[in-house]
Amino acid sequence: MTELSTTAGRAVEAALAAGAGDAEAYASRDSGREVRVHGGEVESLTAATQSGIGVRAWIGGRVGYAFGTDLSEAGVSAIAARAAGAAAVADEDEFAAPPRPAEIEALPGLSDPSVAAWSAADAAQLALTVERTALAADSRVAGVEQVVYADSAERVAVASSTGLAGEYESSDCFAYLQALADGDGGKETGLGFGLARGPAGLDPEAIGAEGAERATAMIGASKPSSRNCPVVLDPTVAASFAGLIGGALGASAVQRGRSPFAGRLGEELAGEALILHDDGRDPGGPASAPFDGEGVPRRRTALIEGGRLRAFLYDTYTANREGGASTGSAARHGYRSLPTVATSNLVVAAGSLSFAELLGTAGEAVYVTDVAGLHSGVNPVTGVFSVGASGHAIRAGELAEPLREFTIAGDLISMLGAVEAAGADPRWVPFGGSVLTPPLLIAAMAVSGA
Amino acid sequence: MSELIEPGVAERVLARALANGGRFAEVFAERRRGLAMAIDESRIESVQSGAEEGAGVRVVDGATTYFAHVDGLDPADLERAADEAAAALRGERRRPRELCAAAPQPLPIERRPEDVPAERKAALLRELDERARGQGEEVAQFTASYAEARREVAIANSEGLLSGDDRTRTRIGAQVVARRGDVVETGAETLGAHRGFELLEDDPALIAEQAARKALTLLDAGPAPSGSMPVVVGGGFGGVLFHEMTGHGLEADHIQKGASVYVGKLGEQVAQPLLNAYDDGRLPHEWGSDAIDDEGAPTQKTQVIEDGRLTAYLYDRLTAEHDGVAATGNGRRESFRHLPIPRMTNTYIAPGDATPEAMIAELDQGFYAVSFAGGQVDPATGDFVFGVSEGYLIEGGKVTRPCRGATLIGNCLEALMAIDAVGDDFFMKTGICGKGGQKAPVGTGQGHVRVRAMTVGGTEL
Repeated sequence: MTELSTTAGRAVEAALAAGAGDAEAYASRDSGREVRVHGGEVESLTAATQSGIGVRAWIGGRVGYAFGTDLSEAGVSAIAARAAGAAAVADEDEFAAPPRPAEIEALPGLSDPSVAAWSAADAAQLALTVERTALAADSRVAGVEQVVYADSAERVAVASSTGLAGEYESSDCFAYLQALADGDGGKETGLGFGLARGPAGLDPEAIGAEGAERATAMIGASKPSSRNCPVVLDPTVAASFAGLIGGALGASAVQRGRSPFAGRLGEELAGEALILHDDGRDPGGPASAPFDGEGVPRRRTALIEGGRLRAFLYDTYTANREGGASTGSAARHGYRSLPTVATSNLVVAAGSLSFAELLGTAGEAVYVTDVAGLHSGVNPVTGVFSVGASGHAIRAGELAEPLREFTIAGDLISMLGAVEAAGADPRWVPFGGSVLTPPLLIAAMAVSGA
Repeated sequence: MSELIEPGVAERVLARALANGGRFAEVFAERRRGLAMAIDESRIESVQSGAEEGAGVRVVDGATTYFAHVDGLDPADLERAADEAAAALRGERRRPRELCAAAPQPLPIERRPEDVPAERKAALLRELDERARGQGEEVAQFTASYAEARREVAIANSEGLLSGDDRTRTRIGAQVVARRGDVVETGAETLGAHRGFELLEDDPALIAEQAARKALTLLDAGPAPSGSMPVVVGGGFGGVLFHEMTGHGLEADHIQKGASVYVGKLGEQVAQPLLNAYDDGRLPHEWGSDAIDDEGAPTQKTQVIEDGRLTAYLYDRLTAEHDGVAATGNGRRESFRHLPIPRMTNTYIAPGDATPEAMIAELDQGFYAVSFAGGQVDPATGDFVFGVSEGYLIEGGKVTRPCRGATLIGNCLEALMAIDAVGDDFFMKTGICGKGGQKAPVGTGQGHVRVRAMTVGGTEL
């Protein structure tokens, strides 16, 4: 048993000794680094190590949580005692109970050795290559606001008084830039990014080129006229919307009447073109893991298939409320957070249309490459949204002039019903959680501009 | 001063940080404590208690910052961070200056939240729950949250600064879901301050009533209009308009990278002469106030717009050094795990002399955005967007029907210049601002403000 699992086990014992009837501990240790580059120089180089533990304590149906960074024996006991103390303040909930242990299938390939093998100087070179590529791509690229490279290697251990015990290691890394292009009246910005399990999996030239291409593409953008028309969402935007839909499919929101999907299980909500899964074990998925934030095996769940709403996502508590089984959807933002129901990797199935064919099908339409204000412009309870957007006009099935300063508005349910086609080329995107999606064609949306 | 880090230990850590050279070194030590809980379905849940401590050490050499952070505040932890920060440098050892302790006065806390029993906080949430549910049969769901957080920080640097701060923030929030048949609407309200439990002594449940009123009002809402029109923005959190439209673009890191529409605009007329605006980290009790920033610089009041002219940018240490100016006390970081960057504190448009009634009465057609759910800006292009949480149509000089699902979009420079009235009904509200992956508590404020033309993005074409 590793030190981390031992610490988790000790925390469980300490919580029981402090008066908890049941207890669970989630311990993690990670080391990471970040390089920021600007103007051909390293702006900052960060080396980080952190470790901590979060303890959930049950006293009957009362649940409390405590977390901390002090992993000494006394420190862990104090955290466990605070968890039990917190439980005493909560109200009784008959469905609150720790998960039962289940067979956990190993998931190899989550750790990339290149994270450890690459030096900080290697990582800095990668980031500098991203910047250099962007600057060289087009004479209209005026600069790069920043290139960020980051990686981390994490170990997670979970233990509980119900006999649950698991541990895994994973690594991830990403790089992105915000390129600046000189426009007619001011600057344009363009994001380029890449995700992988280790730096060896990143393509710095492709990242730099994407930022340059997105920034220069916006030069000369104008406002579109307000109208209802077909809209093509590029994968970064499609991912954001998939994330909103995935969030509203969490049983916690559904059971509490705070989801537009409440009461709609089995209904025909989408066309055949949209197939949506949550897959916590996809080998390419940044969020993949053998088990979720409370030690329940990750799995693949069909959410929308054959046009129908097939399932919601459950953790142990929400599953208990319906007498069902968890879908392994308890998510954590590290040891500091209580597990909550959330998507793991969302996978939107690819269709058969190439990008050109997708545009051809759209006809007279708007291609949206960026949205802004998702955290304030979307009501997750009702599904009503209006968000800022930029992109391009589509005329006679071809990309035309750039567009900015407009909004797209509607509601998530209508939007699902209007998905007409999915493109053939999917991409992993870190927006909306962790999403694999192709571009999507929506038959009609309200576009508001001039 | 704080007992987080002893002066002798700090000196040793700084000396180690400069072992391989560097022109500046700093250690930032922090202890964080917090308690949060929620009420949902009239049940107290998600009771959680956190305790973290750690330190971040940075060494600046040329244009590069080397940063390392660790958990724990034992001398050995701090030395480990110093060694890691220094590891990539290859220069000559430098010696830090002798430390000279400053003793800034932390903001006063009358009633320490940690001394109030947790049951009292649970009782408060139950009070909010009852109050909201008492507003009408159509209140279908109610949730509320309580959070207290204390951050004790100590900062020492190689130029001899040794300082610290002890910050306690308390905040409650209420969210209501109202339902009438198939129509569902939501309303939210918050109350927060850099204060202790005394914040909650004067009818805190009022926010539950306000959240319920918003949600119930919206049950009668129609679709929001689309297109360009005059917009009247409400006071308080309406100030997020200025925060996004101007505040972010004045942060010196954006300016120095050429990634702000306010580059080269210092001294220029960017707004009508009726507009005056400030960033003020010293406002008593305000959510974005602290005694010092996270680099040890005293917080200050900075006038950023004077009679419509742009008068200042907002600096942290490194950006101030770059421009050869004094820091403005805006170097903030989310925690010891983050590097400081230029951030707003409390940003506001100073009260003007218009009344909200007159602003609205002068409009034949327009939109009234009472409050926002939030906003976002790209400082480089100036494009911004605000989600409206409570909005109404203005017709014939009167506020008529409520609208759902509206967003305001536009470009900073145009919209700022288009503010043609500033109200006398000033107040402040709390916000959580995100930048560069770091969250910071910020205050926003204004009286009612009118923008001559802005794009409203609704569904009614």
